Amino acid sequence: MENVISLNDIVVSFDGETVLNNINLDIKDKEFVTLLGPSGCGKTTTLRIIGGFIQPDSGEVIFENKNITKLPPYRRNVNTVFQKYALFPHLNVFENVAFGLRVRKLPEKEINKAVAEMLELVNLKGFEERNVQNLSGGQQQRVAIARALVNKPKVLLLDEPLGALDLKLRKEMQTELKRIQQSLEITFIYVTHDQEEALTMSDTVVVMKDGSIQQIGRPVDIYNEPQNAFVADFIGESNIIDGIMLKDRLVAICGHEFECVDSGFDEKQPVDVVIRPEDITLTANADEKIHGVVRSVTFKGVHYEMVVDSSDFSWLVHSTKAPEVGSEVGILFGPDDIHIMNKMKG
Amino acid sequence: MDKKFNIGQKLVASPYIVWVAVFVVVPLLMVAYFAFFGDEGKFTLEYIKSVGQYSDIFIRSIWMAAVATIICLLISYPLAFILSRMSKKTQSTMLMIVMLPMWMNFLLRTYAWMTLLGNEGLINHLLGMIGLGPFKMLNTVGAVILGMIYNYLPYMILPLYSVMEKIDPSVLEAASDLGCNRIKAMFRVVVPLSIPGIMSGITMVFVPAISTFIISRMLGGGGNMLIGDLIEMQFLGNAYNPNLGAAISLVLMVIVLIIMAAMHQLDSSDDDRVLL
Ligand SMILES: Nc1ncnc2c1ncn2[C@@H]1O[C@H](COP(=O)(O)OP(=O)(O)OP(=O)(O)O)[C@@H](O)[C@H]1O
Ligand SMILES: [Mg+2]
Repeated sequence: MENVISLNDIVVSFDGETVLNNINLDIKDKEFVTLLGPSGCGKTTTLRIIGGFIQPDSGEVIFENKNITKLPPYRRNVNTVFQKYALFPHLNVFENVAFGLRVRKLPEKEINKAVAEMLELVNLKGFEERNVQNLSGGQQQRVAIARALVNKPKVLLLDEPLGALDLKLRKEMQTELKRIQQSLEITFIYVTHDQEEALTMSDTVVVMKDGSIQQIGRPVDIYNEPQNAFVADFIGESNIIDGIMLKDRLVAICGHEFECVDSGFDEKQPVDVVIRPEDITLTANADEKIHGVVRSVTFKGVHYEMVVDSSDFSWLVHSTKAPEVGSEVGILFGPDDIHIMNKMKG
Repeated sequence: MDKKFNIGQKLVASPYIVWVAVFVVVPLLMVAYFAFFGDEGKFTLEYIKSVGQYSDIFIRSIWMAAVATIICLLISYPLAFILSRMSKKTQSTMLMIVMLPMWMNFLLRTYAWMTLLGNEGLINHLLGMIGLGPFKMLNTVGAVILGMIYNYLPYMILPLYSVMEKIDPSVLEAASDLGCNRIKAMFRVVVPLSIPGIMSGITMVFVPAISTFIISRMLGGGGNMLIGDLIEMQFLGNAYNPNLGAAISLVLMVIVLIIMAAMHQLDSSDDDRVLL
């Protein structure tokens, strides 16, 4: 597949502070790409570079093989759903959605049809005449989505477009957006800091931290083979333990040796060992290599979340069965459950 | 919200009500009395009727004030917009500069223009050095309009600036995102959002401009009499006739009210449809 957008060596700084540090990203046509990362990591800034609202200090933005780095937003075949909606306060819902079409001077009949379709899509039928300032946050957000989407751009940038919605509507809109993306065959570049949203909706997830890309990959790969402890932890709460690589396929954790499946590290190299909470099994046998006392048990709906204190680490464990608080348990995991990662710099 | 005021609110408002009564309503009633009742206290329409003979002065005043207002708007609009997009710190410095002339006495400012525009004034002097002129600039219609623009420009800039400053930059980004270049964004977003500022700017320039007498006297010579001069003559000048003066004032007030009402009508009739 062809790349629609490529970011090459993008660097952005504000007031001498580097906000994007050498971003390289290729986005394929019709792909659903999610930028995922904690607050302040540069997700919005990356979108603004693609939208044309800021110029990078260096690097280039390529759109369908053309360098568009210097092109203003109105000359780019890209539309944005802004994080803070940015609706036009002087226009009602209908006119907000119709704005882009009116600028392009489409015939009135076409505008009416397209806007009606969009409002139907975002569940705002009957809101045409409403003043946007009197809408709830979630309704404003949906107007913002409709306003961008109605233009059928080649690429749609969405900056946390579902942030103000309640869980139920959020789930509905996730499905809806995914369906729209597939049926209209638009490339979506989607920003969120909700890892579940990223994993369920995306073809590709881009994990960012402090202005750098940590990992790019399919959701399954990001989840199963995180490249470092940050990604592992951000993608789902994890146990990150200091370890030392003894040799290929053998690691020392908490003073004990464990078989694992990773190789290619130096001998005696300090590493981060990541073990997912759901990969740990608790046994009643307190004579295991690692054992501890159950400190807390919290019911989470589908599973229980437990914290088990061993002599040098507090383990997070997910399981459908819960032992009693205060009981002694053994902590078990297999070689496949151990993920070895290079220590993060800094 | 309930429109009823409680006793406390009434008490708080009472000094203001007294103020309005003493300084607004009473003078208005007096003007009306003078306009409709002659020396013997008998009701008459004579004064109002005789206002008609000054219609040329009325028309001149209206168009000169209108031209000054439009030019003020054209100058102030981009200026206020640029100002509103500057950093907060630069904004306050620039505002100071805009208001600086207002700290100087009105007469003094206008005198300054007399010395600039005169036949032996600075501008003609400079033009003479490159072999041009002298041009007659003082005592012309142009000089009066220039004086109005100069004196009332801040009253246009300030209300425009104060509404534009509230326009969220992200709204302009959205316009750009949806295909507007700068000029289209201006007409589709900035203008509709700044209509209240345009309205109050026009009012604040047009109303004093239509009734000014100092500017026309100082910069217009004798030949460009405005309504303000006419009224002043009836009260303080040779033509002493307070009843006629009051009648002219009343007619002027009605004309201004009609113009303002028409303008607001225009504003609300195309509420959210944007032309262009
Ligand atoms: N115009 C600006 N001037 C100065 N600093 C800025 C500007 N815009 C962004 N920043 C800084 O750049 C960094 C990245 O900001 P950005 O908005 O891209 O983060 P984000 O990942 O979108 O965060 P969030 O999830 O909170 O929206 C932040 O530290 C922010 O303070
Ligand atoms: Mg953001």
